[in-house]
Amino acid sequence: MNHSARWKYLLILTTILLSIIFVMPNFYGEAPAIQIMPIKAGEKIDTSLLQSIEETLEKSGITNTGLIVENFHIKVKLQTAEDQLKAKSLIQNSLGDKYVVALNLISNSPHWLSNMGSLPMYLGLDLRGGVHFLMQVDLSKALEKTTASYLGDFRSALRKEKIGYYDATKNNDIMQIKFKSKEELSKGKNIIRDINDSFDFKEIFINDEIILKIIISEQTKKSITEFAIKQNLETINNRVNELGVAEPLIQQQGLDRIVIQLPGVQDTAKAKEILGRTATLEMRMVNEDNFNKDIFKDGNESQIPVNSEIFSDRFGADILVKKQIILTGERITNAAPGVDSQTGQSIVSITLDGKGASIFKQVTRENIGKRMALLLIEKNITEVVTAPVIKGEIGGGRVQITGMTNAQEATDIALLLRAGSLAAPMEIIEERTVGPSMGKENISRGVQSTIWGFIAIIIMMALYYMVFGVISVITLSVNLLFLVALLSALQATLTLPGLAAIALTLGMAIDSSVLINERIRDEIRNGNTPQASISKGYKMAWGTILDSNITTMIAGLALFMFGSGPIKGFAVVLVLGILTSMFSAIFVSRAIVNYIYGNKRQINKLSIGEIFKVDNN
Amino acid sequence: MEFFRVKKDIPFMKYSKISAVISTTAFILAVFFIIIRGLNLGVDFTGGTMMEVSYPKAANIDDIRQSLRDIDLEDAQVQNFGTEEDVLIRLPIREGLSIAEISEKVASTLKLSNDLMEVKRVESVGSQVGDELYEKGALAVLFVCIGIMLYLTLRFEWRFAIAAILANIHDVIIILGFFAFFQWEFNLTVLAAVLAVLGYSVNESVVVFDRVRENFRKMRKANVAEVINNAITRTMSRTIMTHLSTQTVVISMLIFGGEILHNFALALTIGILFGIYSSIMVGCPMAMWLGTNQTNLAITNPEKKKEI
Repeated sequence: MNHSARWKYLLILTTILLSIIFVMPNFYGEAPAIQIMPIKAGEKIDTSLLQSIEETLEKSGITNTGLIVENFHIKVKLQTAEDQLKAKSLIQNSLGDKYVVALNLISNSPHWLSNMGSLPMYLGLDLRGGVHFLMQVDLSKALEKTTASYLGDFRSALRKEKIGYYDATKNNDIMQIKFKSKEELSKGKNIIRDINDSFDFKEIFINDEIILKIIISEQTKKSITEFAIKQNLETINNRVNELGVAEPLIQQQGLDRIVIQLPGVQDTAKAKEILGRTATLEMRMVNEDNFNKDIFKDGNESQIPVNSEIFSDRFGADILVKKQIILTGERITNAAPGVDSQTGQSIVSITLDGKGASIFKQVTRENIGKRMALLLIEKNITEVVTAPVIKGEIGGGRVQITGMTNAQEATDIALLLRAGSLAAPMEIIEERTVGPSMGKENISRGVQSTIWGFIAIIIMMALYYMVFGVISVITLSVNLLFLVALLSALQATLTLPGLAAIALTLGMAIDSSVLINERIRDEIRNGNTPQASISKGYKMAWGTILDSNITTMIAGLALFMFGSGPIKGFAVVLVLGILTSMFSAIFVSRAIVNYIYGNKRQINKLSIGEIFKVDNN
Repeated sequence: MEFFRVKKDIPFMKYSKISAVISTTAFILAVFFIIIRGLNLGVDFTGGTMMEVSYPKAANIDDIRQSLRDIDLEDAQVQNFGTEEDVLIRLPIREGLSIAEISEKVASTLKLSNDLMEVKRVESVGSQVGDELYEKGALAVLFVCIGIMLYLTLRFEWRFAIAAILANIHDVIIILGFFAFFQWEFNLTVLAAVLAVLGYSVNESVVVFDRVRENFRKMRKANVAEVINNAITRTMSRTIMTHLSTQTVVISMLIFGGEILHNFALALTIGILFGIYSSIMVGCPMAMWLGTNQTNLAITNPEKKKEI
């Protein structure tokens, strides 16, 4: 009755073997490395790049212990941390700013292991050090921005068709246009519908006023906000690339949040500055029709025309700028700092995309002699960087921005513009930074807790249950092996609470073995033969094991669903730990017991510790 | 070795009235402290900034306080953390100062007076995140309670489900009571521990109930109290061994786990100790008083037919 089928032994042995393969990479440690990535995402890596990297290193006598080419980046393994720092600056200098060179760590495990997909556990930020940011995206601003650009489109379309309207305004995301007559309203409505037919309209006639309300449908709002998040994600990606982080994680969380994890980043101030900068560039025309500085002095703001706003330039002078936006930073494909050959001033030259270039060409042609303002909006402060007079039509989409105070500023603004603009402003609402020494400390704390807890359990079990205790301990070790293997194979993020969960599941997993052992003792106490006791003990314990594990599983799942960050890490390990512990308690321990006792015809006594007979039944 | 050489079943249910008084008192005391003293919530929930910085030599707390006062952060709490070299700084949320700025401000100020200062850890949480955690935490607790009750109703019957969940809530409230009384910091990891206790401590009830159901089938002539007494006595050895093992690991965490895992382990310790007590002296009497008996268990037990 206590025989396991041969396939069960085979299954167990295969699982153990596989687990060992997946656990192995965790023991090889890591080597310092540098990672080289092209700034433009998706750019392929060719052999000439590889060669130039190798040559650069060779020239300065740095030996690399391996070049690894992956889809979009190259990793160079080095011998020491000093070499790593030296190599980083050398390669960055030789490759120029088209590539990002970042510090990284590579597992020392042999190639055949990594080729099999066997990697060390993926450590969370609290174990490897780094920064975690949670950013809140202000989607209402994205809606407002889109509404503003729609309104601009309507204005020019209505003007083009010569339809009379008094006033086109917006309030948050509702636009309203006042028309001169009902006919013009219905004509105007059709024109607007031609531009975009996803609006809802509302006609209001009060006090001789003929008003058309244009309401953006929920569906459109949704797509606008979705697009805004996507654009922000992309922008952050670009900015993080500029920072040079080896394995960043950038992810949307919920509707309007973005998680950014930057492993190994020490300079949090710099990271925050680059991520937090919400600079956008806007090009608008200067309102020169009725520009009289004195009118707009403080307290007289009601004099500002409704279609215009007032901003200061770099020297503090006020400039009246039209509200209509000609172009925004989204149309910029590249921006580079430079020096104006004639004046020697620092400049930023920008390149516009196709649509941007054609708009720019048209606007400059139509407005020769007028002034165009370039506005930089940073941290909610709008500043007119420069407002040059348009001297002639500018085609080709190449624009030079003057008015930079020095070369450093030109570089900063170029970086900002190149890294893209944000569709909606963002704010850091959560920051978690863990220093590198702290990460190492946390690993050793978690590992120590697990090891000492484990040793204590071994002693207790062996003393109390003798041979069956040893079997329980072997089962528990196999369980630990499975759990670590599963965590490595799934590349689930291991955090400090996750390490605590490993320790905790060990303590909880022993419950299954205890239940089995106690049941077997019970059966012997009831006068059953050793063989029958084993068989019945396992059978009776199974239901209880299942019940108690499922209730813990419910708690684990809740933690997973509602938890975030480190707590999720705890939940993952807890849930996986329950699964592995059930497998090992049922299959593995039974197989060992059957292997030891199953073939013996006659057993007089099981070594399961002393059993005290009860005489009340 | 055998811990429990009991000849007769221990008459646990005889003491159920006393234990009810004890449990109720403990429960009310816990609620009292939670209301009067409140939980010492960590920045995870309240929002704010927590920084752990470390100096090569023993840190001068007064100097740190002074330099923070100089940059108008007089509401900063500064204290040693674990060792003399490590310092924990807490700052509430400030109007007009974003959470990203506040930690940089503190770090750069402290660096000025001592270049060797190292920032080991920063946790900065905005108020909206804290509020959400509150909400999510409560939802998680609710989800676990409902999930466990549903499962137990399916596997056993509703009387057991209610008894087990009451025993569980008793444990959780007492953990919170301890945290309120001693003003230990209640953060996200502690919440995880509380939820783990919810799942873990119900195990105890499940094991006993399992035995109770089995006993109803075997001990035809015994009354409900006797059946329960026997079930508890017979599972006693397992209870002690299992909890001893888990507790050993948790003690190991208390010793080696450092400051971050300290309160997590504390919550688990209280949860484990009271979990044993409550599943025996809260869950079982509760199931008894709710009217659990042979008939209502037999109906819900399909295995019974096979054995007759």
